[in-house]
Amino acid sequence: MALAPIPSVIGTGLSIPGADIDTDEIIPARFLKCVTFDGLGEAAFYDSRYEEDGSPKDHPMNDERFAGASILVAGINFGCGSSREHAPQALYRFGLRTVIAESYAEIFFSNSTNLGMPCVTASGENLKTLRAAVNANPDLVITLDLETLEARFGEQVIPVAIPESARGALVQGRYDQLAELLEDEDGVHATAATLPYFAKA
Amino acid sequence: MITMGKTLYDKVWEAHTVRTLSNGQTQLLIGTHLIHEVTSPQAFGMLRDLNLGVRYPDRTFATVDHIVPTDQFEEPFADPLADEMIRELKKNVEKFGIKYFDLKSGKQGIVHVVGPEQGITQPGTTIVCGDSHTATHGAFGAIAFGIGTTQVRDVLATQTLAMAKTKVRRINVEGELGPGVYAKDVILHIIKLLGAKGGIGYTYEYGGSVFDKFSMEERMTVCNMSIEGGARCGYVNPDGKTVAYLKGRPYVPAEGDAFDEAAARWLSFASDADAEYDDVVDIRAEDIEPSVTWGTSPDHGVFINETIPDPADLDSEDERKVITDALTYMKLDAGAPIKGTKVDVAFLGSCTNGRLSDFREVAKYLAGHKVADGVKAIAVPGSQVVATICENEGIAEVFRQAGFEWRGAGCSMCLAMNPDKLIGDQLCASSSNRNFKGRQGSPIGRTVLMSPVMVAAAAVAGEVADAREVFAVGSTSAAV
Ligand code: SF4
Repeated sequence: MALAPIPSVIGTGLSIPGADIDTDEIIPARFLKCVTFDGLGEAAFYDSRYEEDGSPKDHPMNDERFAGASILVAGINFGCGSSREHAPQALYRFGLRTVIAESYAEIFFSNSTNLGMPCVTASGENLKTLRAAVNANPDLVITLDLETLEARFGEQVIPVAIPESARGALVQGRYDQLAELLEDEDGVHATAATLPYFAKA
Repeated sequence: MITMGKTLYDKVWEAHTVRTLSNGQTQLLIGTHLIHEVTSPQAFGMLRDLNLGVRYPDRTFATVDHIVPTDQFEEPFADPLADEMIRELKKNVEKFGIKYFDLKSGKQGIVHVVGPEQGITQPGTTIVCGDSHTATHGAFGAIAFGIGTTQVRDVLATQTLAMAKTKVRRINVEGELGPGVYAKDVILHIIKLLGAKGGIGYTYEYGGSVFDKFSMEERMTVCNMSIEGGARCGYVNPDGKTVAYLKGRPYVPAEGDAFDEAAARWLSFASDADAEYDDVVDIRAEDIEPSVTWGTSPDHGVFINETIPDPADLDSEDERKVITDALTYMKLDAGAPIKGTKVDVAFLGSCTNGRLSDFREVAKYLAGHKVADGVKAIAVPGSQVVATICENEGIAEVFRQAGFEWRGAGCSMCLAMNPDKLIGDQLCASSSNRNFKGRQGSPIGRTVLMSPVMVAAAAVAGEVADAREVFAVGSTSAAV
């Protein structure tokens, strides 16, 4: 599966602060009633963005100034809770292409990597700086560079981090690992053959 | 040469390693793959697009739980979207020859209740499901964790996953739990101590005398909520109780030599006495009291006789904001007692506490009591098997007599993808696992997590209450 390499993401930012933003908040359960991921973008953060009667709330994702943003600046333990891949899918389909946060829940991180949406971490201090810059200037162009592991914006540069296995996969366009997993079929059967609970196939 | 002992995690990982991948991750063989209607249809769609099949169809097991109505058992369902998802699952399992515990099987239920009940969940295995509460199966000494839909596709197509090993934290709980203190209180306490993100990067190994004494169902309750503590995976080492629980279940080897051999193998996966851990945490059972949550994260817990935290007592501005936001959402007062908070709904069920022992334990106390006026109380068995036994033992009737609605099996109000939902800002005393904003179906609905007996006490009192006072609770644990 040849995929486009993702050496960097360049675009404007959008900031959603707060700790422990869970996947129920990113995509409420009622929107999981679907047999494909299409159309999830509009439901991203739905209950934070809309009142019960459907009128929009004051939320950065409803704010015209941040329309078209591709870089989400988040907080600590972003994406915790349910394993639903609908969460990163909804953010991706909303138009976001990367997340910069202090830390992530693991399943959210791996789901995001698998779909080619890098999730990098930055220190709390540096996130504050970035957040302030984004809010002060919604048109500010941010470059997330996965080769040099830094985020550049205006005159500033902040270091970011991401596990090497994920970084390598993203910059080489190998983040969908299915092709490699399909390769060694004999190896899979051989391992299965050592395990009595595996039905002999 | 001195060799270090190994943890169960190391042993199971080694036994299932196929090879090292180019990015340094392990290609890990998955022994058991559980699927349900919400996170599998997109994965089957991806398989179709790629023209791929299912490599080991007999290692995949399906059921319906998340969106199944609990008061309607005949298809088509009133909700056309729910109906479509269930039809999609049926189509996929038929096409690929996957075992499906459907509504007519008498065995349908929440995937994490069905697996153990059928003996599909076994020690020394790897188990995945597109659901974060897959850690429940770790109670049997399996490496079990939740995965995303793209990974569901990978497992269907290859029976493997690309994974990196985690660190292992041993959590010892030693001593005697007091009367009315349950497995749910133990895990809520652990999460409160270590935080909702304390487990990131770790697998939790639970042990100590409290876990030795726990029944399999109590171990499941604790392992279930590992993810609420940030750990993707949590387990208890297999022992005599594990073997006894599995004996005679449909998917384990037949009793006799085959079973004895399997049992010996299962036990061999237990962590060695000299195993090294990346971290060890010791907790005294005597320090744990019946617990409830007051906020919107599972680590927002207090003992029933404590007060709700006051942000003013905190030094960190960030923490003050988190707590203030949570209290605003919950419409609760800083510094006030949690006991006495008015309850609108009582929900007893879910993969955390919807098992037979939970209903049996509550029934012991509920007989002769009535749900308070104005409280809607629903009891949702975790599986059809649980439901049937509860009918036969007269447990269902105890619940009905007390004023509970007795429902069919499913996830129900744990995540409210079926018609069971909170309305407006109703406050729910819930035996489930998540108190996130909007989790129980209303964007402004409020959830207070607690043990099943505490849910029953809240239903009867009409407010968050100490079950030890409402029922004069005297025993420590449900016999299973
Ligand atoms: S009962 Fe709740 S937590 Fe468990 S599988 Fe169902 S929805 Fe998920």
